[in-house]
Amino acid sequence: MSGVWHCAQLVIGRDLRLAFRNRAQLLHPLLFFGIVTTLFPLALSPEPSRLRDVAPGVLWVGALLASLLAIEFLFREDAQDGTLEQYALSGRSLTWLLFAKTVSHWLLSGLPLALASPVVAYGLAVSPGAMPGIVASVALGTIALSLLGAVSAGLTLGIKRGGALLSLLTLPLAVPLLIFGAQATARAIAGADMSAPMYFLAACAVLGITLAPLAAAAAVRISLE
Amino acid sequence: MDWTWFHRFGSPPHLYGLARRLTPWFAWPAALLIAIGLYGGLVLAPPDYQQGDGFRIIYVHAPSAWLSLMAYTWMAVAAAIGLVWRMKAAHAAAASCAPIGAWFTVAALGTGMLWGKPMWGTYWAWDPRLTAELVLLFLYLGYIGLRSAIEDPQRADRTSAVLAIVGVVNVPIVRYSVEWWNSIHQAPSVMKFGKPSISWPMLTPLLIMFIGFTLLFVALLLVRLRGEILRRERRAQWVAEVVTE
Repeated sequence: MSGVWHCAQLVIGRDLRLAFRNRAQLLHPLLFFGIVTTLFPLALSPEPSRLRDVAPGVLWVGALLASLLAIEFLFREDAQDGTLEQYALSGRSLTWLLFAKTVSHWLLSGLPLALASPVVAYGLAVSPGAMPGIVASVALGTIALSLLGAVSAGLTLGIKRGGALLSLLTLPLAVPLLIFGAQATARAIAGADMSAPMYFLAACAVLGITLAPLAAAAAVRISLE
Repeated sequence: MDWTWFHRFGSPPHLYGLARRLTPWFAWPAALLIAIGLYGGLVLAPPDYQQGDGFRIIYVHAPSAWLSLMAYTWMAVAAAIGLVWRMKAAHAAAASCAPIGAWFTVAALGTGMLWGKPMWGTYWAWDPRLTAELVLLFLYLGYIGLRSAIEDPQRADRTSAVLAIVGVVNVPIVRYSVEWWNSIHQAPSVMKFGKPSISWPMLTPLLIMFIGFTLLFVALLLVRLRGEILRRERRAQWVAEVVTE
């Protein structure tokens, strides 16, 4: 019998397999993250003390824009080839299936961004001691970001050239994540206690896990009507 | 329980007629109360002992800010009703709320900036309440943008309704930002538990302005709603009759 966990496993397994067969799409957000954050030392100044001051902001704005790039592809191909329609008709909860899709999206975009952030942070003259904190904050923040992205991706499904609209819908609601994420990173760099902003990020992630899949499923279902 | 009164709102001609008949009942009291409130606020109320006459901008600023939030809440509630009961008229109401709310948000931000320059020494500060109000403006613009990007009117209604409901999370953030964070924006002096921390000669015109602006919002909403209904039903027979009347 295929239970709900088995279903989620199948969806995640399929997404991961597809992604690893088309590696370019997987690498684009990471390359974007690397290039955007490279521009700042060139534009501002290569002086380490100044770079360290702007590092949290640069890191988070870069990660936010890079994951926005990835969100565009979250549902697009599945909508074009009819997979989403099959999900909706399968008799399984569409909310649950989309949640599984969001999990695989985080594994393919949020987690790599978190793992790449020490490299970027090192380039911004951050000391190695701060790296575990930075990875943890980016990993936690991108969970909520992926879920928020799932809602906006669902809303902009089927809109031609919806990319700009996707940013307009996602970024305002991502502001709290940016604030608390950058705060957590700044505290990690300063060697201070980063639990308060991390709790806020965790709260945003929990709120996202509870409500975002419902909204995403509603949006996807409307676009399939 | 008899629900026919509720279902009758779903009938466009009924709603159009209702909106037309109700408009003057909101528009005239609104004009009267705003005139009284402005006279009371700008002429009768004493100058503030710290801010001098500068505080008087509150008589426009606070009601605008309050309505920017209320319009969003109404929009989300109308959108939810439209989504649940598949009521086209509710979607039309939600669509009519958005531009009005967006303009009230612009008014709140604009008057706040004018007040901020002499009082804080700057037009803009990256303060929680100001940022949250700006996010509210972006939400309105996103809603309007999403609605206009989808060609099929029914899909536009339902998709933007989901966005309106998701965006509600921002409303309590704007409302309580000054209490949750150390903001340079002043704490509420009217809408709070206990006695308002503002003297009666200053408070009375403000309350009148609040009621006047709320009535103005309803009047504007009714006018926009009529336009929205006419646009949506432009191929219907009754519209031809109403327009040539």
